[in-house]
Amino acid sequence: MMMQERPSPFGALRGGVAKCAAPATALGALLALGGCNYSILDPKGAIGVAEKSLILNSTYAMLVIVIPTILLTLFFAWRYRAGSGARYEPDWGHSVKIEIFCWGIPTLIIAFLGYLTWTSTHALDPYRPLESAKKPLVIDAVALDWKWLFIYPEQGIATINEVAFPTDTPIDFRITSDAVMNSFFIPQLGSQIYAMAGMRTQLHLIANEPGTYPGMSANYSGRGFSDMRFNARAETDAGFNDWVAKVRASSDKLEADNYSKVAAPEEKAPVQYFSAVEPNLFNEIIAKYLGKAESFRSGMKGE
Amino acid sequence: MDLLGRMTWGDLAVLESPVIMGAGVFMALVVVAVLGTITYMKKWPYLWHEWLTSVDHKKIGVMYIIVALIMLLRGFSDAILMRTQQVLAHDGHPGFLPPHHYDQIFTAHGTIMIFFMAMPFMIGLMNIAVPLQIGARDVAFPFLNSFSFWMTAAGAILVNISLVLGEFGQTGWLAYPPLSELKFSPGTGVDYYIWSLQLTGLGTLLTGVNFFVTIVKMRAPGMTWMRMPVFTWTILCTAILIMAAFPILTVTFGMLSLDRYLGMHWFTNDLGGNQMMYVNLIWAWGHPEVYILILPAFGVFSEVVPTFSGKRLFGYNAMVYATVCITFLSFIVWLHHFFTMGSSANVNAFFGITTMIISIPTGVKIFNWLFTMYRGRIQYTSMMLWTIGFMVTFVIGGMTGVMLALPGNDWVLHNSLFLIAHFHNVIIGGVFFGYMAGYTYWFPKATGFKLHDGWGKASFWFWLTGFYVAFMPLYALGFMGATRRMNHYDNPAWTPFFDIAAVGALLVLCGIACQVIGLIVSIRQRHENQDVTGDPWNGRTIEWSTSSPPPFYNFAVLPHVDALDAFNETKKRGHEARETPVYSDIHMPRNTPAGLFMAVAAGMLGFALIWHMWWLAVISLVAVPVIFIVRSCNDDIDYYVPAAEVARIEALHNARVAKLEPAHVA
Repeated sequence: MMMQERPSPFGALRGGVAKCAAPATALGALLALGGCNYSILDPKGAIGVAEKSLILNSTYAMLVIVIPTILLTLFFAWRYRAGSGARYEPDWGHSVKIEIFCWGIPTLIIAFLGYLTWTSTHALDPYRPLESAKKPLVIDAVALDWKWLFIYPEQGIATINEVAFPTDTPIDFRITSDAVMNSFFIPQLGSQIYAMAGMRTQLHLIANEPGTYPGMSANYSGRGFSDMRFNARAETDAGFNDWVAKVRASSDKLEADNYSKVAAPEEKAPVQYFSAVEPNLFNEIIAKYLGKAESFRSGMKGE
Repeated sequence: MDLLGRMTWGDLAVLESPVIMGAGVFMALVVVAVLGTITYMKKWPYLWHEWLTSVDHKKIGVMYIIVALIMLLRGFSDAILMRTQQVLAHDGHPGFLPPHHYDQIFTAHGTIMIFFMAMPFMIGLMNIAVPLQIGARDVAFPFLNSFSFWMTAAGAILVNISLVLGEFGQTGWLAYPPLSELKFSPGTGVDYYIWSLQLTGLGTLLTGVNFFVTIVKMRAPGMTWMRMPVFTWTILCTAILIMAAFPILTVTFGMLSLDRYLGMHWFTNDLGGNQMMYVNLIWAWGHPEVYILILPAFGVFSEVVPTFSGKRLFGYNAMVYATVCITFLSFIVWLHHFFTMGSSANVNAFFGITTMIISIPTGVKIFNWLFTMYRGRIQYTSMMLWTIGFMVTFVIGGMTGVMLALPGNDWVLHNSLFLIAHFHNVIIGGVFFGYMAGYTYWFPKATGFKLHDGWGKASFWFWLTGFYVAFMPLYALGFMGATRRMNHYDNPAWTPFFDIAAVGALLVLCGIACQVIGLIVSIRQRHENQDVTGDPWNGRTIEWSTSSPPPFYNFAVLPHVDALDAFNETKKRGHEARETPVYSDIHMPRNTPAGLFMAVAAGMLGFALIWHMWWLAVISLVAVPVIFIVRSCNDDIDYYVPAAEVARIEALHNARVAKLEPAHVA
């Protein structure tokens, strides 16, 4: 992929990020009320850190014009109230200088933000593999009604509503849906991406601190949506191996003949481990929609 | 043949829960009370001849706004239910609304507030003001205007029927497939959604055509493009956006209907369907729709600020160019609603940057209003309060909008309560504040008396504080990873924020109560607050040169416009224009019930399709064009008001003005 050839993905975005930025932002007092619950502002992985810094930097750039505009509005509103005796020019309605300012200042700020948008969108592209000495861990995520199925193709295991991975290891999520559209999201690690049937989306994330982070579907998907949550466990290498061993010790297996039972709609689905998984299951989940499409396009052969 | 289609006793939703039962009974009581009062007071003939069959743009405008205000109450009840549910439903408590109801409520809230509150409100304002602002006697196609209104009313009625019979969609207000496909939503909910929006959507499209033609062809002599009031400019751009965007909506819902009714596969998971196509199409309508709503609000502010600053608008040309810029740009930003769909970095960055570019002309507009206030004499009416409240609030909403326009930010903020806070920030703080200012501003023009300004100001302060208290916590919750459309949650740290948001909703409730009380008080005190001169605010544009309410022909003699802010120029020159006018016969359209009948038939068609009553569907589908053809065969659709009658009406008005305040006339 040509994206891998680009230099340091996050370098341009770091810098200027306060350790605990919450109280410093515009919503200061209100944000402070929430203490340490701001998962977006308390990221635990490089992508999330870069996105937090992007949020803050873009906000600061805009505050440069937003705060003066608000203050000027309030000032003019007070200064030129009827009866204030301030200068009154009912026929004045044009000034080249002011109009240059009106178009110029927003243009400059948007030019800066546009540059930031171009670089950050490429640097943080969810499809872009992360640079790391470690080999990425591949995890397939399938959105079902209303639970998440995780398949570890390399380990040959699968789980429902719990996902684990070692820290400091790039994770290569490959995502699809076997139901409606959902959005795969672990707020403290960064980006979300849609899960759609018959399609494979991608998301590259990394966790840099061990911990258990809430994950969810961020896109409404029907009656069981509110409980479509999972825990994402970032473990040390040893901890991850223990977890894999624990999953492997399960007596349940995910095979072609019990997949439809596992995938059946279910609300508040409990965590489940499968010690073995049908090889190629993920691709088959996608292909069952695609295959029909292709046969449809080629004159419905095989239907 | 089953006469009732798929309807059974079980579809009577009122029996499902006390909440719906209460709402249903209340709605029935109100309807019975209104119909009973009309019958008791023997007002049916008046209502029929003066309102229901009217093709007068001013009356149609008033009816649009009545629909909007009623649906505001309905949509806001949904909001109160949602806020209450999220206060109760956490840490294991299910709350009082199970997902089946809750999901309908948030879907209905969004659908109603956009399609049946904001749109009719905006179209009502443009109906009342635009023909008067351009010196026309009516719109280009008065009968079509009546039909458009009744189509919107028919859609609104279908939405309300879904409350008691069957269900509404449980898909969110844009009904993304495959959730909205038959496989995942087999009930009547999505069908109610589709058909109510198809009806009102068609009405809106025809309104767009109507006002485009009206503004292009029917401006008073001398009103060149650059002498048009800014509100008319924004409506012209809105009409263009409607004509370009609403057909996309109609076709998209049409394709979804083909999937649901005929088993096709435009957007299904299988057989080559593509849900991404629906999402693209719906937002190719949906983003221009945002500007369809906000541009007229910008137009209102551009009338209110100069009037109450006693000063001409700063940078009229820049305002016009900025409006036109926004109109074009609004069609190339739709992808920012789904940066999380996995487009390439180039595509995402392109749409992120185009989105930000829109904030440049928008910023210009803010500065123009700001410098209109500069060296003015600002009178603090409620309209000016709505405007200043808007300027401060909208700047914040614009900032959070640009934050979301960076794909890198959007990937963590999309679908969160931050997004909800953002668009309520611009829709309440921009669209709604603007419409309230416009409602208060043109109220005397439409009715002949002013609204009570004290209640208007009280309403403003409750709405303003209510908005901040209700939505600032939602911004914070977005940063905490709280997503939209949650029925319940289990994070105790979120609870205080939802509690504060609920208090905000109660403040907004007080604001709405003030509006209702203010309206009632104003109607009771209509004689004290009468607008005899037709120019209650010392207005600048020609709608204030005629009486309030204007005679049905609007202008006895069509005004000649030789400047921007033409009426202000006339007043400055003294009343030389007040030489004895020469009246001539005026050509006017006749009222007709055809639009109402066609919309009733179209409403029945929607109802029949929702319930699969095929016999009724066929009958009503045939009825619509038949009524239209019958109407087309009628040649007696217009008449002339004799010059003597015009002179009589004008003399009455002049006598009233002279009696009230001789000084004012001189």
